Amino acid sequence: MIDSSLKDIAAALRAKTVSAVELATESLARIEAGNPRINAFVTVDHDGALAAARAADASIAAGKAGPLTGIPLAHKDVFCTEGVLTTCGSKMLANFVSPYDAHVVSLLKNAGAVMVGKTNMDEFAMGSSNESSHSGPTRNPWNTAKVPGGSSGGSAAAVAARMVPIATGSDTGGSVRQPASLCGITGIKPTYGTVSRFGMIAYASSLDQGGAFARTAADCAQLLSAMTGHDPRDSTSLERSYDHYGADLARPLTGLRIGLPKEFFAEGMEGDVRLAVEAALAEYRKLGATTVEVSLPNARLAIPAYYVIAPAEASSNLSRFDGVRYGHRAAEYTDLIDMYCKSRSQGFGAEVQRRILVGTYVLSHGYYDAYYIKAQKLRRLIAQDFAAALEQCDVIAGPTNPTVAYGIGEKSSDPVQMYLGDIYTVAVNLAGLPGLSHPAGFGKDGLPVGLQLIGNYFTEARLLNTAHQFQQATDWHSRAPVF
Amino acid sequence: MSLSLDEVRHIAKLARLELADGEAEATLAKLNGIFGLIEEMQAVDTDGVEPMSHPQELAQRLRVDVVGETNRRAAYQAVAPQTEAGLYLVPKVIE
Repeated sequence: MIDSSLKDIAAALRAKTVSAVELATESLARIEAGNPRINAFVTVDHDGALAAARAADASIAAGKAGPLTGIPLAHKDVFCTEGVLTTCGSKMLANFVSPYDAHVVSLLKNAGAVMVGKTNMDEFAMGSSNESSHSGPTRNPWNTAKVPGGSSGGSAAAVAARMVPIATGSDTGGSVRQPASLCGITGIKPTYGTVSRFGMIAYASSLDQGGAFARTAADCAQLLSAMTGHDPRDSTSLERSYDHYGADLARPLTGLRIGLPKEFFAEGMEGDVRLAVEAALAEYRKLGATTVEVSLPNARLAIPAYYVIAPAEASSNLSRFDGVRYGHRAAEYTDLIDMYCKSRSQGFGAEVQRRILVGTYVLSHGYYDAYYIKAQKLRRLIAQDFAAALEQCDVIAGPTNPTVAYGIGEKSSDPVQMYLGDIYTVAVNLAGLPGLSHPAGFGKDGLPVGLQLIGNYFTEARLLNTAHQFQQATDWHSRAPVF
Repeated sequence: MSLSLDEVRHIAKLARLELADGEAEATLAKLNGIFGLIEEMQAVDTDGVEPMSHPQELAQRLRVDVVGETNRRAAYQAVAPQTEAGLYLVPKVIE
């Protein structure tokens, strides 16, 4: 039953042909069977899931069910969950049991969704392959020798492997869209400020945004609608009316103008990805959309600008991990400063330490203008490029990732090679725009290819409508991996 | 540009990180690779461009100055490495 659409599962729950306890049991059994090979879950909350499922069944019996009541779901381990381990993929938080729920977690709890566990991720969400996790790499269900993408690789793999129908993620530079692409599922990062960051462990605060994973755009719309809303505890949470993101799904694509940034279709994209992306665009034209070339002239500078701004913000955010109030504390030290240094060096992995060092350098006296301010100026140019391009089209489309999933260990020793894979995703975070990745076919070795859709601020419903119409005409999203 | 080993040690000190002697060289090589990538920014003329610190350029929201949180000291300190009588314990800093 958990392979059905959320709409069908909700209907079956209301009709009492299935119970929330049965759904949770099915999800837990899939995790138990598949997780030893995939390592998508860091924590499985068996008892909590069954208790939440029994409560959901009671709500359904009382006629108080909402669209997510009784639906099994997984949270990325970046979201704090009261009473359940929240590691953020780090040794630093290996024993951290949060005393409170993230806003997203409490919203979904209140909506009656049943959390079955917490998913694996790159340490502190810093990575594109899920290999920097303290809990070991997550494996791609399409080929367990390949990475699932990152940093929300565990959530993407869990949905792709049909362990859960929906999962949460966070996207600072592509961490929802890129793993969705590499795992052959749908993932959306909304406009910056839409999903509360309260209780979502901070990496780079001006870029971090919660997002949603599901097999289809329609299910993403359902999940995202339950995750959004103003939260006074996050000073960047926007005060505006939040419509249901699924309201516009049925709209035909006739007349939709799709902008194709010429820079995204230049060199860099592998041939197999190009073939799949172009076939998907041909399908969009068949559905009545037109395509127009647009330009994002500063797109290539998004990676250097991102790898200044994100580490700068990270070095500041991660200063809170000092071995005093929470997290790892070294067993032996000589004085306070030595305790800080030893606790942090033992608790953080290599990539996190590198980003803290880069961030500390670019914020230090004498380098601040040359790096940090320079990157912020480029950020402005990149946002202006998108604004100009979006005057000529309704949505922008292109590849989500330049390649299909690569091998575990293939890029992990060379950070620069890893960073270059983020070429199509980071610019969207710098501008704060919404972005979505949906399955667009298969490339080399039968591995999934994702198509990225980028829209103007607050056009999530349009992006989801676009992807949904594509999914009505294609079946890439319903292909399941055998692992 | 290229960083020196002394500079890396200095940044590590500022960031309260301890670099083992054996890993300083490897860290230096990787950081220099990253800075090589970052350096591409300098090729673009950004004179007169206003830096963008945030995607939503809104004024900071204010709230009424009333108590909004209850005291949950015991719950928050339960995750601390070392506490005593409601205080966080650290090595002695004043003799």
